[in-house]
Amino acid sequence: MAAKKTYFGDGLPYRPLGNLKGKLIAIEGTDGVGRTTQIDLLREWIELQGYAVLETGWTRSNLMSRAIEAAKMGNMLDRMTFSLLYATDFADRLENEIIPALEAGFVVLADRYIYTAFARDWMRGKDRQWIEDVFGFAVVPDLICYLRIDIENLVPRVIESGGMNYWESGLDLHLGEDLFESFKKYQEGMIHAFDDMAERFSFEVIDARRPVDEIQKDLRVKIAPLLEKKKVENAPIPLKAEGSAS
Amino acid sequence: MPNFTEKHPYPGKLFIVEGIDGSGKSTQVQLLRKWLEAEGYSVFFTEWNSSALVKDTTKMGKKKKSLTPTTFSLLHATDFADRFFYYILPPLKAGQIVLADRYAFTAFARDVCRGVHPKWVRKLYNFAARPDISFYFKVPIQTAIERILRARAKIKYYEAGMDLGLSHDIVDSFRLFQGSVLKEYDQLTDEYGLSVVDATLDINEQQEAVRATVTKALEGYSIKRRTYGRKKNVFWRRFAVPSAR
Repeated sequence: MAAKKTYFGDGLPYRPLGNLKGKLIAIEGTDGVGRTTQIDLLREWIELQGYAVLETGWTRSNLMSRAIEAAKMGNMLDRMTFSLLYATDFADRLENEIIPALEAGFVVLADRYIYTAFARDWMRGKDRQWIEDVFGFAVVPDLICYLRIDIENLVPRVIESGGMNYWESGLDLHLGEDLFESFKKYQEGMIHAFDDMAERFSFEVIDARRPVDEIQKDLRVKIAPLLEKKKVENAPIPLKAEGSAS
Repeated sequence: MPNFTEKHPYPGKLFIVEGIDGSGKSTQVQLLRKWLEAEGYSVFFTEWNSSALVKDTTKMGKKKKSLTPTTFSLLHATDFADRFFYYILPPLKAGQIVLADRYAFTAFARDVCRGVHPKWVRKLYNFAARPDISFYFKVPIQTAIERILRARAKIKYYEAGMDLGLSHDIVDSFRLFQGSVLKEYDQLTDEYGLSVVDATLDINEQQEAVRATVTKALEGYSIKRRTYGRKKNVFWRRFAVPSAR
């Protein structure tokens, strides 16, 4: 399974992808769906098999994280300016972390990827083409796992795990009369946006309403073929804490 | 939303200047601004890479020399978007005149020379309004170098494209990099119909040509005089200012 990597759109002419040995795996899903828990478990499992792992998130680059925090604080940016800030951040991580790691043969686990940016941008505007064009320099992942949940299961989870924040509730959009209603409408919209992309971008849809270990098992089944070691998918799953949405 | 490929639908006017460093475009746009204001127009002015939002980041990135062609391009686009939606689009919609020192064409020319995809960078700026007139101050590379060295005796790192490793000598690198930028501008002149100004002429000759073109573009445009909101002394302008004693 050594599919050659491609760029999502126009790409970086000065950086031909050639033969990147590593694997790029994106984990997508709305806020509170349990991405981080799953990625921690995956990292364990992949490292045990002898592969080096690089985790990368959304808004974590050295270059931009301060500008993004400042912008969020001010809450006065146009949607496109905001999207461009995230795109810059992503480009920095892509060129300085992700591509070098892939060259070195790492398994890169991306906690959110460009599809999150698409979903967020679409929630705030109508034209889909522009944001997809902007991210044309992204590398298409070898695998995109979409942790899918419905709003009925998501709401109690988020409240249990410490509440809703401004941006996760899309409060800048004024969707509902209070925080709760706003969160619900915003996340419903995000889920809808992800569902909409699932087929177009060949997401592997994983039902995230189930217990942590079941989700993890499914993820491993999807990822194992990329690691070319099929038997290991049955290794025990070390559970840290029980009880998230069973 | 505006669209860079067609004429903008707003009642205001957008005039921009382009050219390599040392072409004298900033001098020209300031002279144009002065004249328009004296004619009684309400003029808004904005320049490249000046929004507070990303200025620090750009500076930091430049200092550490950690910018890639793509992050360099995206940072400038972010800066531009921030300025566009705050300082360019509102006055345009309100029917006023906006002058910009550099516009999307700067990105089209420079970023492509740095190595980004020409199609990508054009799509990136598709949210911007197409200017009513885009002046391109065309100057031979040698003249530009002489002007810069005369004015501040130093060429800047990124201005010379030193990050591209074309040459260890900064003047040499400037010549090579800005030389390829000039070629891109020639291409853009055809693609977008830029109004070329011969930037080797005397300053006042160039300005005359610029004013003639602008005058033509303003035919039928109604002057929006500033009657309100001009600082706090507006109120007193209508009455005699009481003297201290």
